[in-house]
Amino acid sequence: MENAAVLVTVILFGPLLGAITAGLFGRVIPSKVSQAVTTGLLFLSAILSWVVFSQWTWGGLEPFTVTYAPFIHVGDFISNWSFRLDGLSAVMLVVVTTVSSLVHLYSWGYMAEDPHKPRFFAYLSLFTFAMLALISAADFMQLFFGWEGVGLASYLLIGFWFKKPTANAASIKAFVVNRVGDFGFALGIMTVFWAFGTIQFAEIFPQIAANADRSWEFIGRDWRLMDLACGLLFIGAMGKSAQFFLHTWLPDAMEGPTPVSALIHAATMVTAGVYMVCLLSPMFEYAPVAKNIVTVIGAVTALFAATVGLTQNDIKRVIAYSTCSQLGYMFFAAGVGAYQAAMFHLFTHAFFKALLFLGAGSVIHGMAHEQDMRRYGALTKYLPVTYAVMTIGTIAITGLGIPFLDWGFAGFYSKDAIIHAAYEGAQAGHAIGWFAFIIGVLVAGLTAFYSWRLAFFTFNGHARWTSEDLEHHWHNRDHHADDAHGAHSDHASDAQHETHDEPLASDDHAHGHGHGHHGPALPHESPWSMRIPLIVLSIGAIAAGFAFHHQFIGDEKAEFWKGAIYNAPVEHHGAAAGAHAAPAGPDHATTDAAQHAAGPIPAPAVEQPAEEHHAPVWVILAPLVASVLGLVVAAYVYLLREGLGARLAARGGPLYVFFYNKWFFDELYQATFVRAAKFLGDLFWKGGDQKIIDGLGPDGVSALSVKVGKGAGRLQSGYVYHYAFVMLLGVAGLLTYALWAWNA
Amino acid sequence: MPLLSLITYAPLIGVAGILALRLMGRPEDAKVVSASKWIAFVTTLATFALSVLLVLQYDPSNPGFQFVEEAPWFAGLSYRMGVDGISVLFVLLTAFLMPLCIAASWTSIEKRVPEYMIAFLVLETLVIGVFCALDLVLFYIFFEFGLVPMFLIIGIWGGRRVYAAFKFFLYTLLGSVLMLAAILYMIATTGTASIPELMAYDFPGGVQTWLWLAFFASFAVKMPMWPVHTWLPDAHVEAPTAGSVILAGILLKMGGYGFMRFSLPMFPNASELFAPLVFAMSVIAVIYTSLVAFRQTDIKKLIAYSSVAHMGFVTMGIFSGNAAGEQGALFQMISHGVISGALFLCVGVVYDRMHTREIAFYGGLVNRMPWYAAVFMLFTMGNVGLPGTSGFVGEILTMTGAYQASTWTAFLAATGVILSAVYALTLYRRVMFGELTNPKLAAITDLDWREVAIFAPLIVSTLYLGVQPNIVFNLTAASVDQLVAVYQAAIGG
Repeated sequence: MENAAVLVTVILFGPLLGAITAGLFGRVIPSKVSQAVTTGLLFLSAILSWVVFSQWTWGGLEPFTVTYAPFIHVGDFISNWSFRLDGLSAVMLVVVTTVSSLVHLYSWGYMAEDPHKPRFFAYLSLFTFAMLALISAADFMQLFFGWEGVGLASYLLIGFWFKKPTANAASIKAFVVNRVGDFGFALGIMTVFWAFGTIQFAEIFPQIAANADRSWEFIGRDWRLMDLACGLLFIGAMGKSAQFFLHTWLPDAMEGPTPVSALIHAATMVTAGVYMVCLLSPMFEYAPVAKNIVTVIGAVTALFAATVGLTQNDIKRVIAYSTCSQLGYMFFAAGVGAYQAAMFHLFTHAFFKALLFLGAGSVIHGMAHEQDMRRYGALTKYLPVTYAVMTIGTIAITGLGIPFLDWGFAGFYSKDAIIHAAYEGAQAGHAIGWFAFIIGVLVAGLTAFYSWRLAFFTFNGHARWTSEDLEHHWHNRDHHADDAHGAHSDHASDAQHETHDEPLASDDHAHGHGHGHHGPALPHESPWSMRIPLIVLSIGAIAAGFAFHHQFIGDEKAEFWKGAIYNAPVEHHGAAAGAHAAPAGPDHATTDAAQHAAGPIPAPAVEQPAEEHHAPVWVILAPLVASVLGLVVAAYVYLLREGLGARLAARGGPLYVFFYNKWFFDELYQATFVRAAKFLGDLFWKGGDQKIIDGLGPDGVSALSVKVGKGAGRLQSGYVYHYAFVMLLGVAGLLTYALWAWNA
Repeated sequence: MPLLSLITYAPLIGVAGILALRLMGRPEDAKVVSASKWIAFVTTLATFALSVLLVLQYDPSNPGFQFVEEAPWFAGLSYRMGVDGISVLFVLLTAFLMPLCIAASWTSIEKRVPEYMIAFLVLETLVIGVFCALDLVLFYIFFEFGLVPMFLIIGIWGGRRVYAAFKFFLYTLLGSVLMLAAILYMIATTGTASIPELMAYDFPGGVQTWLWLAFFASFAVKMPMWPVHTWLPDAHVEAPTAGSVILAGILLKMGGYGFMRFSLPMFPNASELFAPLVFAMSVIAVIYTSLVAFRQTDIKKLIAYSSVAHMGFVTMGIFSGNAAGEQGALFQMISHGVISGALFLCVGVVYDRMHTREIAFYGGLVNRMPWYAAVFMLFTMGNVGLPGTSGFVGEILTMTGAYQASTWTAFLAATGVILSAVYALTLYRRVMFGELTNPKLAAITDLDWREVAIFAPLIVSTLYLGVQPNIVFNLTAASVDQLVAVYQAAIGG
């Protein structure tokens, strides 16, 4: 444990050191040094994280907390800077540092021609530090610090190309929508603090069973305390994880460089909400209404984002909506109490989604920063490695596998576990479980369709690009080579509005498609710095499910999680999850309390009957069948009858228009919140401050004085000393009176 | 050694020096100008050193007044000075910001430089006096006379000054007349002007109400609270940069300090009675002025409105009457002193170069001024209350404090964390990001060494207080706990 404490400290502060080095000295030292330092420290963190994770999984490492320094100590409001290692943070450690280190490496190639590389790597490392602070928090304040810290890094990286107005707008949108979530999060923290008198997780969790049915007054209403607290905290999770209503920032966040999309907006930051719900499982298990909300929001998000993803043409946006949808899966898993399955999907998703994003980046890179899939096609022979890894990623996300041999790609294990958990919830007499189960199966089909559509549309069929297009783009890029992040206004105008060109860089273009080259411009494969991360992630996308399902959700889960996740006993689960929120029986409350009191981290997970083995055959087959159906339809539309997709889109039925325009959320928010804020701001300023307050106050008084005396002219234009003098006289006079009055 | 008096009057030594110079040489003589700047700078730096000494010698475990000085004065009054955990940090904050203000005025003030420096030094004496005075009359003198140099700074070295100075004058005078009447009554009924004695005095309920209202009139204008805030944006717009720094950084804190020194301990029952009114005004301040800030076209006005919103958190915290609220309010005042001071200095940087504060004039500055962009970003994030900066700690604690007193207040005030992001990030985007299109900006230069040196201590403070706020709470805890205990006992809590 001593060793592990040292290791986690190095893991945590290594990226911070890198960020400071590149951020402060990036202008002074060569940019290769900034890159090497940040990337080197990240790889160190990643290797050490795997060491810690191995010790955790196979070496019998026990949970511990290292405290570095006090943060806020005010009365009972006590927060420390610390590192909490348990099953959840051990999993997140490897996810965050692995993806982050690979993304650092990938960016060597991807950002090669950007003049602001040190700043970019500083932001990436800063993000990693904040994310590690988030996952290792032992109390709500450090959690919130990391939570908003990753939001800052996300804001900075979305707006990295600061000359692009769309990128600037997207970065503000991301920050503000996340703040809407944080509004709920902060109120949730306050509720917890006043209810339990502490913000330390280890002190809160043991108190919960005893407070399960406590009521709590909030904004003029009585609520069930646990439902209120969890509901408010979940608003924060909705913002960070882009769930329905607060999802609008995530697609726009694709304005950032693609490595950022892979790291922050796919694999790590957006999963923070899921992580938080799992971390707070001892609270959510006693909040049946909040759990139902989590389930419904998660399921609706999964469906919503998948429907939008069906219709988008920008390769990154399809993957962004896919992320949103997969996060929905994780949430409804948590909502039905299958936190282990949610964490497992988080884990596998990190690999295959980072893979898909980085693969998309490789395509964009090879296609001279074109992001519109309608201008792709027939890329297999030009981008063979990218094609191979993207296919692996697609198989992984669509969850292909062989059910009864128990072998498949990563998504096969984790997604099916979620769908089975929803079915279990449904079996426990839980209407919302049916809802989640049906949507889960349906969305599995939609996921397969949009994922294979992306793959076929990009790599197969006929080329919908010409050498002249690429020539034109490359020329353009070279034209902007000295400020690579400029807005490419000259050809942006003729592009589709949803096409967001990414100014790109390549370090091998000189020989790949160099200037004055012979023959037509052709798409080219990416350099090794980009191919290696893709290959490593492919291994994860293939094997992450197979290798770890015993630990995450199988026979070894109790030893693996070591109490980090709390599952209420099944009877309680069924009752509590019921529509009428039946309170837990008194004996349960007491036994739970006793279990909680046993250790600093709550009681060991109570074994539930293993979900997978009891599900009927049709439930086991349902997601696979849906997924294969999606594949077949996509193959029919985009391979066999190539061009059918475009014709369907052109016909534009109402449902298509609805999906294509993302259910009109942006328009709705623009028309309500944005307009209201502007209107009220002007009203308060010009009406409130200027007309009413000043009009009746100082202006009124001075206008009155104009009427009253001729001296008013002097008052308006008079010399400022006069006022000072009058004021002095006034004060002196009053003081004289004061002294007189007291002595009298 | 009477350390407090030494700190308070040390700036006057500099005043004497500058006056002597002026008598010897012609006022516009370059040597006189330069020497008076240096005298002012060295004096304020020495005062800062003394105040650091004060904080180091301060005993954080003792909740009462320390470094107490008491001497008979005139007309039966006493001269009483002393600091406790609530006031000691304001002395430090004042002495910390003053040398930065002098340095920030080094090149931007061109006329009547010796007088300008004198005004700042006198202002420093009076402001420190406010925080050290333990006698009502002495407090009142410092409190009211402090306005005079500020008024002159706006009036003489500011912009379109008459209107602003007039507004400032009208509001503050109105408040102070009522407060003076209250002070008279208190002295007449209790027979003492000693603040510690008055804190222990039990005013009857009805009297408390009237006295509370009279003090409130003065402090609410100073904060300023909605709806008596409209003087502040005008005063800021007209004031020179350093004047804005002091106005936002210190003068506004006199209102909050007054609430904690007088309203809460002396009139606890009235404070409890009027707490809903204060909460309402605070919440309106947060939401209303944030929305108004969002629509501003002048950088300085926008930041001035955001100050009003941030002061809303302070008043809310103070009247929540619990440790989180009081500590949060104190911390928020210190933090806002640093961050808003820094933001006004940021405005000054571009104003000195371009002589306009119109947001629309700028855009794309990051292309030419990367270091400035980084500094401005840091303080923007502080203003937004990002954890890791000092701006966060005060906000979360005041909201937490208010939550106990009234969940509606915390709920509504929490919308301020959304709105502050809206206006602050929009401002940053419009000034800093995008292409540099205005040809007049093509040659704008990044921060010079003097400016870097001014920002450096503010950057360090913002980050250090953001990560280690406990250094403040360690100093203030004993006095704040006592304040809360006395208050809770008085209201029968």
